[in-house]
Amino acid sequence: MSDRTIAKQELPSPRYEYGGDDWVFVELDEAMSFDANFKVQAITQEIRRNSLEGVVEVAPSNASYLIQFDPAVLHPDELIDELKSLEDEIDVAEYQWEARVFDIPVFYDDPWTHETVMDFRERHQDPDSTDLEYSAEINGFDSVEAFVDHHSGAPHLVTMIGFVPGLPFCFQMVPRDEQIEVPKYEQPRTATPSRAIGFGGAFTAIYPVPGAGGYQLYGRTPVEVLDVDQELSGFEESMVLPNPGDILSFRQIDREEYDAIREAIENGTYEYNYERVEFEPQAFFEDPRDYNQRLLEVLE
Amino acid sequence: MRILDGGLVTTVQDTGRYGHYHIGMPPSGAMDQFAHTVANWLVGNDDSEATLEMTYVGADVEFEDDAVFAVTGADMDPSLEDEPVPTWTAVRAEAGDTLSFEFAKEGTRSYIAVAGGIDVEPVMESRSTYTLIGIGGHEGRSLENGDELPIGEPAADADATVGTSIDEENRPDYSTTEINVVMGLCDYRLTDEGRRRFLDADWTISDEADRVGYRFEGPDITDMFEEREQPFGAGPDVTNVVDLGYPVGSIQMAGQPIILMRDAVTGGGYVTIGTVVSPERDALAQCRTHDTVDFNAVGAEEALEIGRERDDLLEEIRRSL
Repeated sequence: MSDRTIAKQELPSPRYEYGGDDWVFVELDEAMSFDANFKVQAITQEIRRNSLEGVVEVAPSNASYLIQFDPAVLHPDELIDELKSLEDEIDVAEYQWEARVFDIPVFYDDPWTHETVMDFRERHQDPDSTDLEYSAEINGFDSVEAFVDHHSGAPHLVTMIGFVPGLPFCFQMVPRDEQIEVPKYEQPRTATPSRAIGFGGAFTAIYPVPGAGGYQLYGRTPVEVLDVDQELSGFEESMVLPNPGDILSFRQIDREEYDAIREAIENGTYEYNYERVEFEPQAFFEDPRDYNQRLLEVLE
Repeated sequence: MRILDGGLVTTVQDTGRYGHYHIGMPPSGAMDQFAHTVANWLVGNDDSEATLEMTYVGADVEFEDDAVFAVTGADMDPSLEDEPVPTWTAVRAEAGDTLSFEFAKEGTRSYIAVAGGIDVEPVMESRSTYTLIGIGGHEGRSLENGDELPIGEPAADADATVGTSIDEENRPDYSTTEINVVMGLCDYRLTDEGRRRFLDADWTISDEADRVGYRFEGPDITDMFEEREQPFGAGPDVTNVVDLGYPVGSIQMAGQPIILMRDAVTGGGYVTIGTVVSPERDALAQCRTHDTVDFNAVGAEEALEIGRERDDLLEEIRRSL
């Protein structure tokens, strides 16, 4: 086994927790891994298919999921029994899915997120550096450029949508020892520009709308990930762009390209660059570099 | 119906927008579902009709047609054409009448139901306003001077409801100081001592308290947690977890406790330690900035019993109407 493979993570027994009288929270693992996320996605898709009476919401997240139910119809213990038997039945080894691979242009170290970063230095671990400088340093990169090359150098899997509508949490598709990890701000910011690219824990986030945020800020994309009116191409089926299981490729762009894409978005003529692929987890785990390269070729 | 003055924050709300939590969409809807539901029933509406939710300071509205309405929730001294009108009671208004309100004397949120319902266009099967992304209600925002709201067709017997009223004993009082919670979610992160201190402390609602969440002020929380080697992907702070889903009503510990309300952020990376029992989210929605509450831990069965008691009370009210 070469160090280029992604090692399988054995998951602990899930924790089933009551959330008041109308939610159940299930944590498959305290740590993040592809195995935990794939199992979360497989189980929650099966719960949706089973459409158990009384289930109101089915919300997968990175290594856990939430179910909201109507307690007048369904007792939480009955729900938990159902979830436990699903957990026993599901074999993730067989699990694969159709994913969309998206080209997401990113203007790293852009003036707008830079201004925000400087406005909130006192809430940061290292007030004397920028978020990019700090993240590069604590992850052992010689320069911001090398760090940005790494972030944009391999694709990212969407593992959760949430916080606000359409915000994707993305986990980079590389072995664990190559993954970036950073803290969240010591105190969350009260402002973040829309379309900012943030990073916290081991996740990239794209903030669809302006608002509070605690992730380190690296850049800004000119493209929308939320279109409430569903007018842009790529939003025909939903107001949110990627779903869990989709793949984002962050591509470095300059100010000129940023402005050109922004103009196309604003006049409604932008065509998102994406392709559908059949994603095969086993092939990805065995040789992620080669697999990622083949994935990204579909965008060319 | 015409808005003459929007008050502080007045929005169109109903029972909520469900089935979209997985794309990060909270339910929105009336913060106090009990008051919303009873207001609707008083005027012969189904509870799914939309009402107006007013916060701290009421709105001034003009009825453009004859109407039957009811005001429930916080008492904001409603008056119709300068004559006081009773709350928790169905009242008739004539075309051209103005309904006005003052500052809430007790409680925070007051609801106006009109026979036929506030008939704005539903978005994803709900009329609830969600201002963050500007959907639902009237143009996805709080109401302002000059806005006009369509009223739906009243039930055939709406006129017969005029004068009906909720018994005093069935009206909630808004002096709650104890909130029942089911501890859980990620409360394993608390030390035994930390858990005791959380439940023993008095928590004061800060001025950051809105439809998204209530932030509380109280003792320092950082030493309530077990030190550990943080799991991969969580981030290094003791209150960091791998980003997960937050139930509506859950208590997350982000510097201070925050209880997520109906416009909740649906997930994130701060540890959650418990969830307010659903009927008491209504009570919390009527608590005010600077009020002090303490949290009482109940088991799952007790939480279900609290829910059933509320359902029974609603059923009793429905039968009385």
